[in-house]
Amino acid sequence: MNKENRFIGKKVPRKDAADLVRGKAQFIDDLKIPGMLHAKILRSPHAHARIKKIDTTRAKELPGVEAVLTYEDTPVWRAGLPSHIGVLSNTVRYVGDAAALVAAVSDVVAREALELIEVEYEILPAVYDVLEALEEDAPQLYEQFPGNRFPLACPWMGPESLQGIFMGDVAKGFAESDIIAEGSCSYENLPNPLPLEPPGVIACWEGPEDLTVWASAQSPYFLKITLHYAMGRINVRSIASHCGGSFGTKVLLWQLAFYAAALAQATRQPVKMYYTKTEHFAAYTLRLGSRFRGKVGIKKDGRVMAVEGDWLINTGYCSDAAQGMVAVGCGELQLMVRCLNWEIKPQLVCTNRNASKMVRGYGGQELEAAFIPVLNMALEKGNIDPLDFFRENFVKPGDGYYWRDGNWWVSRGIDYGKAMDRGAEVFGWKEKWKGWLRPTAVDGSLRIGVGIGVHGNADVGEDVSEAYVRLEPDSTVVIHSCLSEHGTGQRSSLCKMVAEVLKLPIERISVAPPDSLVNPYEFGPVGSRGTYAIGSAVIRAAEDARRRLLERSATVLNVSADDLDTEDGMIFIKGKGGGKSGKKIRWKDGLGFDRTCLGHGYFEPDFSISNFLMVFVEVGVDTKTGKIDLRRVVAATDVGKIIDSQSLKNQLHGCLGSAGLDSAIFEESVFDPKLGRFLNPNMLDYKWRTFMELPQFDTVILETPMDTHSFQSVGVGEIVNAPTPPAVLMAVSNAIGVRLADYPLTPDKILRALGKA
Amino acid sequence: MSEHPVTLVVNNRRYDLEVGGRPGDLQPTHTLSYTLRETLGLTGTKIGCDKGECGACTVLLEGEPVLSCLILTVECHGKKITTIEGLEDPQTGKLDPIQQSFIDSGAFQCGFCTPGMIMSVKALFAGNPSPTGQEIREALSGHYCRCMSHYHVLEAVAGSVPKAGGTDE
Ligand code: FES
Ligand code: FES
Repeated sequence: MNKENRFIGKKVPRKDAADLVRGKAQFIDDLKIPGMLHAKILRSPHAHARIKKIDTTRAKELPGVEAVLTYEDTPVWRAGLPSHIGVLSNTVRYVGDAAALVAAVSDVVAREALELIEVEYEILPAVYDVLEALEEDAPQLYEQFPGNRFPLACPWMGPESLQGIFMGDVAKGFAESDIIAEGSCSYENLPNPLPLEPPGVIACWEGPEDLTVWASAQSPYFLKITLHYAMGRINVRSIASHCGGSFGTKVLLWQLAFYAAALAQATRQPVKMYYTKTEHFAAYTLRLGSRFRGKVGIKKDGRVMAVEGDWLINTGYCSDAAQGMVAVGCGELQLMVRCLNWEIKPQLVCTNRNASKMVRGYGGQELEAAFIPVLNMALEKGNIDPLDFFRENFVKPGDGYYWRDGNWWVSRGIDYGKAMDRGAEVFGWKEKWKGWLRPTAVDGSLRIGVGIGVHGNADVGEDVSEAYVRLEPDSTVVIHSCLSEHGTGQRSSLCKMVAEVLKLPIERISVAPPDSLVNPYEFGPVGSRGTYAIGSAVIRAAEDARRRLLERSATVLNVSADDLDTEDGMIFIKGKGGGKSGKKIRWKDGLGFDRTCLGHGYFEPDFSISNFLMVFVEVGVDTKTGKIDLRRVVAATDVGKIIDSQSLKNQLHGCLGSAGLDSAIFEESVFDPKLGRFLNPNMLDYKWRTFMELPQFDTVILETPMDTHSFQSVGVGEIVNAPTPPAVLMAVSNAIGVRLADYPLTPDKILRALGKA
Repeated sequence: MSEHPVTLVVNNRRYDLEVGGRPGDLQPTHTLSYTLRETLGLTGTKIGCDKGECGACTVLLEGEPVLSCLILTVECHGKKITTIEGLEDPQTGKLDPIQQSFIDSGAFQCGFCTPGMIMSVKALFAGNPSPTGQEIREALSGHYCRCMSHYHVLEAVAGSVPKAGGTDE
């Protein structure tokens, strides 16, 4: 589009803005389905145990209790990858695992009933550490996964899904290296993405094989598909409420849906399963535990010759996405480091703690947070400026990489060097970088240091999207895309795109409710695919609808459809003698007052375009107290074309939330291996950044047109967090002059590193 | 009429609640957030933690910002409460300038934290029509926003201070 855009890039309030500020937006906890019961879960106090006996008699007798279910009477539904988790089991595998389910007329009654259930457990030995879990005599979690190893295949990503990085000849690569660094680093503090709204699902059976779920879903259509396969090929209608934050965690809601649906089946009433904050903390989604042990060989000039290592991934008691995260993480590492010789061997291990599942950063954050500190040792040895290194080594157009499907893709994206340079300029990198383990400035006990991180992903074009665009005779438009609003403003961005294609005021465009019954297939706004993948399907649907509208109008006007154009709900002949001042008809005249017109658009996956983000951070470390003060963040990226600046900047700021940057400073789920459980599942003991500690935050957003859809744009949602933890590590190491590789860098660790504790 | 009715004035409307054990009755264990949402249907007040740790449930009690998940409804007898639903003009539907400013600045992502934050800002402005940046941040410091909309929120609040001037930035 060379013409000036009317809506793309312009400040237009989000469609749901007024609802949000008036408290009218409907989140899952705001929905009331007539006859709805409330569900509660009796959770195991043991990390690993067999249920010997479970007595629910007294609970069932409590007035107001409608059903109590144990493993003996729940349906045989199974999920997980490969499928290994049922609704309930006679074995509990972490502190918090479900032992029984209750549905009652109120929350209070359901909670009371839990106390009346008597369980006799046979306690089994438990294992928490990834290496211990791999030992021969380690307690085994599942018979079908000997050695506590999950298979790495991720069939839905393709028959050859990526299970590591193997290419070239690492021995030769190391032989040709000038500098070799070897080491290990763990990113195992398991930060919790913790959206403000806990997850929730309401289930209601419309017939024996027909289930309706309302969910706080990030991807309502994907939930439908997941449940269809997990629950014996039943029909599922999935409706999303407004989603109060997800960051990936509310994509796979099958477990809550299992609980709600099992109770709804037993009671023949709708049942709501809504987690408390404690459950959200201790029995929902954590990041993967990630440990890298290996070596990196580079030339003096910074070219990478070989990378080799073991990547140990601790996914907790179950896996439903980890294989996909391993595949994508391995792809992402290749985008960050151009190298011809690789041997990265992942092992995916289960342990007796709450599960790690899908989180923004999706494998790449976890791998890079553990890998980069090892890489940095090589750069330090070679005295190489990390900016020069990353600038040189990030994937360039024409470079190739193995992506998650196991195929070799060649990048047809853009060169992000410009964005890196601009970011460095805004941050003042050249002035602030004093070399490895050197502070930028020292002022008494305050030491200032800087660091950078980089991350890219070729996911902007992943997975399938479909959309319809329906034109109404009154010149209004309805977009049918099964997209829920989870914070990115994407539903409104779609309206902008369609408004642009149809040259129609945005007020005339709306999006159908995120309901799988009225919308076609949509994988959902995961990764950074919202703008390119979902956007492409919707744009194509709008173009298709426009073409049909003009074709029908052509017969009315007796001209060729190619000669027609539409703007502001009018149809007119293009060019000389025509135009908006010439003869024109309304959509209604072209369509007929009793007709609508439907366009259909698809998007097919394509992994040849990547996005990228570089962050620059400046920290101040108080060497007396060990406290880290995050002083400044610059996030630099290139998005091709800005669709909505406010939403985009909001998303970039998001790196300070959702288990991102602060997982290097203070965020951690503190696990006690003696007790087998987390010690801080509440918002006081789990630390989070407040308004009082906001760093200066600058965004650098370039707009180099991309070869995507007509607006030449890509999204960034997935990549904002991932580069930040290692950047902080680098900055703090430089500030205090001691190499650190221990997340998060709490004051005790800083003081210990300084020899003060 | 039960012996102990509890009267609340919510958004200028009076509610007499029966205390008892029947469905729909006010029970002594009910928190204010529960009553607002479940009994009065005012679901604009959000519950993020239900334990006084996130600020999402903030409402005004006699003009003061309080965490409605930590207050029992029976304690509010005879008190005046304002929720997010009570900010707009009931006749015209015109939004409070704070609400409008949140829209203009795009001061939300998922928006789950938004009503609570707006209520805290409302209380801040009532007591201090020209707060400094520091005072604004302090007033908001108990609000958890995991999407990190903080920067746009600060812009929105700065854009709606009743009396400009007096900021430290
Ligand atoms: S819900 Fe009341 S403070 Fe969190
Ligand atoms: S906007 Fe999502 S929690 Fe604040």
